Amino acid sequence: MTATNRPVSRRGLLTGGALAAGGTLVGAATVATARNESTAGPPEQVPVATVGEAVEPFYGVRQSGVATEPQAHAAFVAFTLRPGTDRAALGRMLRLLSDDAARLTQGRPALADTEPELGLLPARLTVTFGFGPGLFTAAGLDERRPPSVADLPPFPIDRLQPRWSGGDLLVQICADDPVTVAHTQRVLVKDSRPFATVRWVQQGFRRAAGAEPGRTQRNLFGQLDGTANPKPGAPLDTAVWIPDGPDWLRDGTTLVVRRISMDLETWDLLGRTDREFSVGRRLDTGAPLTGTAEHDEPDFAALGPDGLTVIPDFSHLTRAHVSDDRFRILRRPYNYDGVPAADGTADSGLIFAAYQADIARQFLPIQQRLAERDLLNEWTTPIGSAVFAIPPGCPEGGWVGQQLLD
Amino acid sequence: MSSATTGRFVRPAVLFTGVLLASLVAGCGSSDDDSTAAPSPSATAAPSATAVAADSVLTVQDPWVKAADAGMTGAFATLVNNTDADVTITGATSTVSPMELHEMTMRDGQMVMQAKESGTVIKARSEYRLEPGGDHLMLMNLAQPVRAGDEVSFTLTFADGRTQTFTAVAKPFTGAQESYAPGHGQGEPSHAPSASHSPAP
Repeated sequence: MTATNRPVSRRGLLTGGALAAGGTLVGAATVATARNESTAGPPEQVPVATVGEAVEPFYGVRQSGVATEPQAHAAFVAFTLRPGTDRAALGRMLRLLSDDAARLTQGRPALADTEPELGLLPARLTVTFGFGPGLFTAAGLDERRPPSVADLPPFPIDRLQPRWSGGDLLVQICADDPVTVAHTQRVLVKDSRPFATVRWVQQGFRRAAGAEPGRTQRNLFGQLDGTANPKPGAPLDTAVWIPDGPDWLRDGTTLVVRRISMDLETWDLLGRTDREFSVGRRLDTGAPLTGTAEHDEPDFAALGPDGLTVIPDFSHLTRAHVSDDRFRILRRPYNYDGVPAADGTADSGLIFAAYQADIARQFLPIQQRLAERDLLNEWTTPIGSAVFAIPPGCPEGGWVGQQLLD
Repeated sequence: MSSATTGRFVRPAVLFTGVLLASLVAGCGSSDDDSTAAPSPSATAAPSATAVAADSVLTVQDPWVKAADAGMTGAFATLVNNTDADVTITGATSTVSPMELHEMTMRDGQMVMQAKESGTVIKARSEYRLEPGGDHLMLMNLAQPVRAGDEVSFTLTFADGRTQTFTAVAKPFTGAQESYAPGHGQGEPSHAPSASHSPAP
C-alpha cells in the first residue's frame, strides 16, 4: 500500500520550486541503524524518583555528553574570549570550569556556590567543553587546530545570524532537569566572566526523562529525528572519536551546532503524504517508505506503479543516506520553541548538534548532498552555525583542555 | 562470648562532603574580585576538594580564595578536626598578603568583621567553617593580584607550633560586601559590590 496510495502531489512538490532551494538540515530522519538493537540492549525504564539523583561521570578518557544517552534538557552556551585571555588565562578558566562541572555533575554544589541547594540533584548532568577556532588563536596554538574546525563553507540557503553563530568556547550543559541546567549555566557563566563574554545561548529540550525510553526523539515537525545514528559501541566509536594523533586530540571529537529554524506555518500547508515524501519516511513509525519499521533498511531502487522510486530521490532520507560508520555523524539534537508572534507565527526549530571524528570526511559530504537537493530545505532555514573541537576528557584532579593548553 | 559487651564503639571520624555555604556576607576584601591582570603564578592543577597531608593537623575541605586585584580579600574552607583533641589556630600566612584570622560579629546592629586575636579553637571531632559572611582568613593587603583560577598557598600555624599548608583556588565572587570594623587591620574597607567584570585576564 505504500506505493498505491501515492498522491499526485509528489509531482506538485517537484514542480513547486522546492528543489531550487539549496540548504542544509542534516538529517531530520536519516537512514536506519537500530539504536536499540545494538549491543547496548534496550535502555531500562528509569523510575521517576531516581531521575534527580542519577549521575553521569565527569572524569574520564572522553568527555561525557557526547555518547551519553541524550538528556531531556540542554543549554549550549558559547563564549567570546576577552582580549588578553591568553593560553595561561585559558588554563585558569578551564581549571575553574572543570572543577565546577566535576562537582555539579556528581550532585555536589560548586565551590563558592551561592545556591548550593540547587547543586544537589544532578539529574544525569553532563558538561561538555568545545574549543572554537578563536580559542586556538587566543592560545597561540593555531597550528594545533584541526583544519576542519573552522567556519563551514557558506550554503545558499543559509541565513546565518551572528547572534547564533561562532564562538571561541562552547559549554554544552545537558540534564534531565531544567533547574539543574539553569543553575549549572549560572555557575559556569559567573566563573567565565573574568575571561569571556556570553556570545549566545541556545536552550533546547527533548522528551522528558523516562517518557519514551530508548526511542528516537521527535522534532517539532513530528518527525523521528536521529534514526540513522551510529549504534552505541564500535560503530559509534568509529564515527565519533578521534582514534589517534597527539594527546590533546586523541579521544576527542568535533561538534557542529546549527540552529535550524523550522517553518511550522508552511509545513502546516502540507498533507501528511507530502510530509512523508519530503523525508522518505512514515511519520508514525519512522519506517522508510519501502519498509514497515523504523530501522528497516531503505530500498532506494524500489519502484512504484508510476515508475518512480518509492522513496523520492529528493527526500531527506535519500540525500542524507550513509552506509559506512566512518562516514556517519552522531546527531544529538534538541528542539527549541520560542514565543509565537502576535499572529501566532511559531518560532520553533532544532538545535542541530552533530558529533563526528572529522568534519571534512563525515559532516561536509552529507551537508553538500542535502544542500544540493533536499526537499526539507523548503521548510527549514539554518540561522546559526558554529564549529568546535571537543578535546578529550581529563583524569580526576585534571581539567579539560589541559593536554592542549598546559 | 563475654568480651562482646565490652567493645567500645568508636564513632568514625565525621566525613563532611558538603561545601562552603555562601551566605549573607562575602569575606572582607577588595571589590576588585575578578583580578586577572598579571601573569599566573600557577595554572597546573585543578582545585582539589580536599587537601590533606599525611601528617596534617586538620582536614581542609573545599578551600578557595576570592579573586581580587588589590587590597583585601578573603580565603575560605571547611576545617575538619578528626582528632580527639581540640586544635587552636593561632595564625595564617600567605606569600601574597599579610593575613589575619577574622570573625564576624554584631556591632551597632550591623554585622562587621574584626580580627580574632585569641586564635580559633576547633573542637575535637568537629568542623569549623570559614565562609563568606562568617569567620574567614583575611588577606589584608595583596602584594600581587589574585586572579580567577590562580592557586594560592596558605599556611596555618597552631598553638602547639605545628603548621599546615594548603592550596586554595581563586574564584570570582561578588557576594554581599561587609563592613569592616574600624581600628582593625590595614587596608581599605570595601562596601560596594564590584561593578566591573572585565579586567584583562
